[in-house]
Amino acid sequence: MSEPYDLAIVGAGPAGMAAATTAAELGLRTVVLDEQEAPGGQIYRSIERVARDHPQRLAMLGEDYAAGLALVRAFRACSVDYRPGSTVWQVEQPLGILYSAHGESHRLRARRILIATGAMERPMPLAGWTLPGVMTAGAAQILLKTVGAVPQGRVVLVGCGPLLLLFAWQLLQANVRVSALVDTSTPGARRRAARHLPTALMAPGYVGKGLRYIRVLREAGIAMLDNFEHVQLNGSERVEEVVVKRSGATERLAADVVLLHQGLVPNANLGWALRCEHEWNESQRCFIPRVDSWGLASQAEIQFAGDCAGIVGARSAEHAGRLAALESAYRLERIDATARDAKARAPIAELRRHRRIRPLLEALYRPGDRYVAPEQDDVIVCRCEEANAGDIRRAVAHGCPGPNQMKAFIRCGMGPCQGRMCGLTVTELMAAARNVSPNEIGYYRIRPPIKPLALGELAALQLE
Amino acid sequence: MYASLPDAAGPQVSVIVDGKPVAVPAGASVAAALLLAGAVPSRANPVTHAPRAPYCMMGVCFECLVEIDGIPERQACMIAAAEGMRVRCAPRSSPPERS
Ligand SMILES: Cc1cc2nc3c(=O)[nH]c(=O)nc-3n(C[C@H](O)[C@H](O)[C@H](O)COP(=O)(O)OP(=O)(O)OC[C@H]3O[C@@H](n4cnc5c(N)ncnc54)[C@H](O)[C@@H]3O)c2cc1C
Ligand code: FES
Repeated sequence: MSEPYDLAIVGAGPAGMAAATTAAELGLRTVVLDEQEAPGGQIYRSIERVARDHPQRLAMLGEDYAAGLALVRAFRACSVDYRPGSTVWQVEQPLGILYSAHGESHRLRARRILIATGAMERPMPLAGWTLPGVMTAGAAQILLKTVGAVPQGRVVLVGCGPLLLLFAWQLLQANVRVSALVDTSTPGARRRAARHLPTALMAPGYVGKGLRYIRVLREAGIAMLDNFEHVQLNGSERVEEVVVKRSGATERLAADVVLLHQGLVPNANLGWALRCEHEWNESQRCFIPRVDSWGLASQAEIQFAGDCAGIVGARSAEHAGRLAALESAYRLERIDATARDAKARAPIAELRRHRRIRPLLEALYRPGDRYVAPEQDDVIVCRCEEANAGDIRRAVAHGCPGPNQMKAFIRCGMGPCQGRMCGLTVTELMAAARNVSPNEIGYYRIRPPIKPLALGELAALQLE
Repeated sequence: MYASLPDAAGPQVSVIVDGKPVAVPAGASVAAALLLAGAVPSRANPVTHAPRAPYCMMGVCFECLVEIDGIPERQACMIAAAEGMRVRCAPRSSPPERS
């Protein structure tokens, strides 16, 4: 068996790339595993290909996207062992990392691990959300970034959050005018968010950018619907319309493509499978791993950085990645505390600046109760097993004590997505039904492999 | 359902979706190829047979499972389309039912 790596990083988004670059500078033997074929993570997806083959698209995607090139280039230039196309499906203790690459599974050893697996879009269980033609806004954005594909016909956006506005703006740059933006943010959110504005204005650029997107969308005449009581998606083989009910009146918006988005939540299955402690964050309305300011988890050889440790945004993720790498080097006794602290000063200051936007965003775009815990019984919650909100409420009424037992009661969370699409909804529904905090309900117990493995792959495991 | 931007010139690969060749930009995932080909619904939910299609495009929802080169249940959004690849969708096979 070969020597273990000093540091294994899972994820090559801004957090993982910045951590890798810093770790390499400090002389750590580092391996980076990422399931995508190229570095960049979610925000800078396909950036190398876009810059090389379609540079005109950089303007269309906006300055924040193009800014990723420098980070990706520094990452490419640093001496780490980068393994794209590698999906980590289990981490054993003492640290052994099992991953699947192009149909084969491998195991490598490391002294420390940095989880930088980023975020996913928060599930948005609405009536009709499983219909073909309904996707997440991020999914459509991935199509735009990776293949320059745009939705056709009547496109309706439903939800709220900065990514939804950004994407509507990006579509406009690509000459696609969405037919309507159905805004699900909570009435009164603006008022509640207002007190965070002075702090937010001290974060570099964010407020101005957001206002610019909103103004451009307004000027383009995009219909914006808000303050309604009910929204649902109808269709048979595909989505056909978005129905919005407001004070007795019903509006029917014909739609060929519906894109949903209500913010991001940590992509957390690896941390859960490792039994790292998590806690409910009321402001972000999701569980986040319990970490200190260096990203250290409840187990000292495990760290988290970036959006998987609580949503912070790409720029903060990058600086959190640097801090995590510094702490790794310190723990591995490559630098002392004085050197670590001196090098940490700049990233800490940057983090502080960028984080100032979060309270405003979290108050303004807090997902509404009815979109995280559907009121109608027939709304599907678990897309894999088609368990609906009524099934979950009935199971609670019959004494189902927690999310794990929900699996046995109604198979909810037992499908191939392993609870990624229903876990938070189940927690929210149970918390609401019992009138307790989500912390008291907890989350599914996640077991490895965290992604289903092809048959025979396990048997042929390659050890390193 | 989705179409390439007019500036889309560049290297392409051709995959075969349900017997029909589809040319897509190099670097496209199989799920992107399905959406560009309009092969939607691409799958039926195994419990209720309700029609489904790719949803997240980033590997978390598992709604994009299709048969690729004879192997069933592959995650189409995480697999790059390759020249000559054979993709088979399994849309709804029986009428919707709910117990
Ligand atoms: C679909 C989507 C689109 C987004 N678009 C934008 C945008 O345009 N602008 C913006 O400001 N913010 C965007 N965000 C928010 C953005 O994700 C973050 O702010 C930023 O990318 C966070 O950086 P990160 O390094 O923490 O994580 P990410 O950039 O998400 O990187 C995480 C990486 O981990 C990899 N990974 C995850 N699990 C595993 C595993 N088990 N094994 C191996 N690799 C794994 C992923 O492939 C990914 O490359 C988007 C988020 C999503 C979900
Ligand atoms: S589309 Fe969600 S996993 Fe592929």
